[in-house]
Amino acid sequence: MATNLHKFLLTATLALVVLCNTNNAFANSAPAADEPFNPGKMIQDHIADAPDWHLFDIDGHAYSIPLPVILYSSQKGLDVFSSSRFEHGHATYKGYKLESNHIVAVDTKGAADHSAHFYNVSITKNVASMMLSALLLLALMLTIANSYKKRQGLAPSGAQSFFEPIILYIRDDVAKPMIGPQYAKFMPYLLTIFFFIWFNNLLGLMPSGANVSGNITFTMFLALATFVITTFTANKYYWAHILWTPGVPLPLRIIILPLEIVGMFTKPFSLMIRLFANITAGHIIVLSFIGLIFIFKTVYMSAFGIPFALFISVLELFVAILQAYVFTLLTALYFGSAVHAHEHDDDHAQGHEAAH
Amino acid sequence: MLGILLEGSIAVAGAGIGAGIAVLGAGVGIGKIGGSAVESIARQPSETNKIQTAMLISAALIEGVALFAVVVCLLIALG
Repeated sequence: MATNLHKFLLTATLALVVLCNTNNAFANSAPAADEPFNPGKMIQDHIADAPDWHLFDIDGHAYSIPLPVILYSSQKGLDVFSSSRFEHGHATYKGYKLESNHIVAVDTKGAADHSAHFYNVSITKNVASMMLSALLLLALMLTIANSYKKRQGLAPSGAQSFFEPIILYIRDDVAKPMIGPQYAKFMPYLLTIFFFIWFNNLLGLMPSGANVSGNITFTMFLALATFVITTFTANKYYWAHILWTPGVPLPLRIIILPLEIVGMFTKPFSLMIRLFANITAGHIIVLSFIGLIFIFKTVYMSAFGIPFALFISVLELFVAILQAYVFTLLTALYFGSAVHAHEHDDDHAQGHEAAH
Repeated sequence: MLGILLEGSIAVAGAGIGAGIAVLGAGVGIGKIGGSAVESIARQPSETNKIQTAMLISAALIEGVALFAVVVCLLIALG
């Protein structure tokens, strides 16, 4: 039974313990104890890809999961080995070494040889995290599909009941209004990118999570997929609007042509940049607030840094689903413009109301 | 005297100012969208869903443009 006196004494004791805690905590790993703290490097290490999955440091010793390094060069052939051979950048192995988490070839004297060309198809932290989130997505969606098969005509339950409103929202409020009657053939892709981006955003926010959706190559390929689908499902009205806009005078058509062609490429480009910058910026802000504690080298800075970092992290949870939604919405918009069957081409100048 | 502009640290300062101005533009733009969206929801609460969707699309597009500027400033500051 917690009486008011108990609660007061507990709070007072806790406050005293926190305020009188003055032991020094060394947060840097032991070899770098004399180096000044470099916040830029700390942030860069957390944002960028790495050949091993670094989990945490205890007493200066880094605990990480080594991942396979797969390299192919025309001179040396195929090399597959564990990234622990690089010993966190201190060792050279089979003619390769790590330079700030990038693999470079070394010549016979041991210096980095940047002109050597090799293909790096290693399983890095981002690749491993993407595989994990793909497996998670498969497991989840197969479970839900199974539930639908087993519970035909029954009310949904479990994971099915949680994800059904979300899936129906994508179908009824994103795909159908944007694409129109042909929405069904685009639904698998839209649902895939929504959940894949959402799950990758969330996994990046976890402790020791990998920054997958903040990797510009990842977002580039998603935007490329959208671009390819838009281009290959486009009907002749789409191309007519771009190349020979109906309903405008001829000189304007010549001017609009290059603008529309550039616009065809800037739309997926902006999709790529939007997702990348939102997620990376969120991570950088949280890391900066935590880094403030180490810049000022006092534990009392945490009273300022931790609440702000917490607030930004909660905001990032919202941003995770919002950016997935925006990516899916704009993709559906582009699909809709590609397959939109437009019959009133000659009435463009007068507007649609006059034709109806 | 203008040679001071070639200093690397001035470039980083420029990147910082650029990011600030970009955020200013995004804040003003999205603020206007939010304001008019809230106003129109107040005038016609039954159309809330459509207005919310339109607001989110416009806000995301404008934020995308602001993030172009942020990415450029990041590139200047870090490399």
